[in-house]
Amino acid sequence: MSTAPKTLFEKVWEQHVVVEPAGEPTILYIDLHLVHEVTSPQAFDGLRLAGRKIHRPDRHITTVDHNVPTTSAYDRLHIVDQISAAQVNALRKNCAEFGVEFFDVQDASQGIVHMIGPELGATKPGMTIVCGDSHTSTHGAFGALAFGIGTSEVEHVMATQTLPQSKPRTFRITVDGELPFGVTAKDIILDIIGKIGTDGATGYAVEYAGSAIRSLSMEGRMTICNMSIEAGARAGMIAPDETTFAYLMGRRFSPTGKAWDEAIAHWKTLPTDEGAVFDRELHIDAATLAPAVTWGTSPGMHATIDGTVPLLADAKTEADRKSFERAYEYMDLKPGTPMEQIAINTVFLGSCTNGRIEDLRAAAKVIKGHHIAAKVRAMVVPGSQAVKRQAEAEGLDEIFKTAGFEWREPGCSMCLGMNPDILQPGERCASTSNRNFEGRQGRGGRTHLVSPEMAAAAAITGHFTDIRKWKQQEGEQR
Amino acid sequence: MEPINILTSKAVPLPFPNIDTDQIIPKQFLKRIERTGYGEFLFFDWRYDVDTPDIVKERPDFVLNKPEYKGAQILIAEKNFGCGSSREHAAWAINQYGFRAVIAPTFADIFFSNAGKNGIILVRLSEEDVQTLLERSTKNPDHELTINLEAQTVTDEEGFHATFEIDPFRKYCLLNGLDDIGLTLRHKDDLDKFEQKHDKDVWTAPKAS
Ligand code: SF4
Repeated sequence: MSTAPKTLFEKVWEQHVVVEPAGEPTILYIDLHLVHEVTSPQAFDGLRLAGRKIHRPDRHITTVDHNVPTTSAYDRLHIVDQISAAQVNALRKNCAEFGVEFFDVQDASQGIVHMIGPELGATKPGMTIVCGDSHTSTHGAFGALAFGIGTSEVEHVMATQTLPQSKPRTFRITVDGELPFGVTAKDIILDIIGKIGTDGATGYAVEYAGSAIRSLSMEGRMTICNMSIEAGARAGMIAPDETTFAYLMGRRFSPTGKAWDEAIAHWKTLPTDEGAVFDRELHIDAATLAPAVTWGTSPGMHATIDGTVPLLADAKTEADRKSFERAYEYMDLKPGTPMEQIAINTVFLGSCTNGRIEDLRAAAKVIKGHHIAAKVRAMVVPGSQAVKRQAEAEGLDEIFKTAGFEWREPGCSMCLGMNPDILQPGERCASTSNRNFEGRQGRGGRTHLVSPEMAAAAAITGHFTDIRKWKQQEGEQR
Repeated sequence: MEPINILTSKAVPLPFPNIDTDQIIPKQFLKRIERTGYGEFLFFDWRYDVDTPDIVKERPDFVLNKPEYKGAQILIAEKNFGCGSSREHAAWAINQYGFRAVIAPTFADIFFSNAGKNGIILVRLSEEDVQTLLERSTKNPDHELTINLEAQTVTDEEGFHATFEIDPFRKYCLLNGLDDIGLTLRHKDDLDKFEQKHDKDVWTAPKAS
């Protein structure tokens, strides 16, 4: 290998090249394959049909998340929807047959697949990680190269522990400066998507850098990397540092003793070298950021909380104009409406974007001592069993319940509404998830993406509310 | 996967950017464990009105429901087609509905890869060329296009002629209908050698302890 300065991405990529056949894509080794019930049944079937085994069961971790009810432990074990039940049962059977580790609905380690990888310490710096799920980009927060794949690729990884891949280009997004009061990781990534567009990073592996990114906790970093796919990126990465190591230390699948020291020594070699060249760069000044709320049907369509639904004249291209018109209609919003005047009737706090303990703490802090507005239905769905336990140990569940929130069992829930948690047509939701596509949370449902703090404030007032003023009213210091 | 080379067919115009995979195949159909039978659910929420769970009505104004477009094997859309969720069900639905090719200015990465694995030709043309084709197919539903994969061209009888780029390996796989796993297993020796070395590095193991 050459000694020219390299990016984090290039280092991880090079360390996983199995072979580079002439004129063909590179065969890349995959360290960890995460599996869930929705995108795997056809892959297991494919293996069976071809008489193949899973090449490396030890590099697979499986759980159920998308389909599981969140109402009660009983409901999870007795799924009423027969088609969902069949899918969950298929995974149970497949894991037993192919010998892969499976965290079932009531397992202490169950949760959204992108939550449990990090929680278990399975997700580590410098690894390659894939999953039949686009938000696999989440794991890049640890300095792993992590990306979503389709079901044919799921089968390919199962059979060979590799994937044929073309090398993406590199794109560094540097966010420098101190984040203003009330601005979160969610607002950073929404701002980025708004700036570069939902296809702005297509074909690129993005590295997030800069002092504002460094200052984030692992939870915040995961929120950012999670939504890389919303800008079309193949992957999003953040270089590992002391925050990363502290998070990983002592986790179930983290190395210990001498192996830990060896791992740390390796992880410290991963950050992008001084002078390494990226194919593209973007700089953002953190001081310019404000809490964001999406108004349309793609994550790039957002305004700041003190802004308005944009005018048609704000559309930059003909394509944007068409999207705007369609979005006004679907979202039932008039151009020029101040964001703070938009009333909501549902609040969803959860998902692999913002279903972590820090998110729940932040929201609980906002609602403490308040009650949700009349006619608002609000639910908290912790992203994993571990988050749920932790939150309950800290008494957050009581704060939520006292404020009128439903306190649920872990899973994807209303992020995509494959289980019974869906929006009814016309319902308007402040959601901490990642996609505001038409019908994403239920046919005819209207989704506005926000940070956990902003979702919490909206639950209390019944409309979007500037968390910066809220915090001032509360007399809080950050 | 079926080999494909020359495709002549009328085309369905879907003049929107950012068509995401949630629209191509909504989540309720992702619960199935089969790999077939998705064609009838393609663009479900745009194609049908659902009054009650049992009463599903076609929306006559949606392009796929117009009789004149039945049988088309080419779909034309605007930029960033297939963005969002990684669900391969989107590629299955498109394929099983009967489309063998999609023409757009750009495609999202994961969809791009999924489509290739299902024998769907994705043709990237300039915004301008796509607009021309959208207009022609909107004006005349019987307007036929020819996609020639070998030659990497799109043509019609009104003199339209455009060439498109495609990765040579992807082209080779599409032309020959090749299965990826089989191709990778040709490198089994390299894989074994790699694993012997790689397994020694403790930080590569998901379960280090
Ligand atoms: S929480 Fe939402 S985005 Fe995350 S894995 Fe589940 S469905 Fe996908």
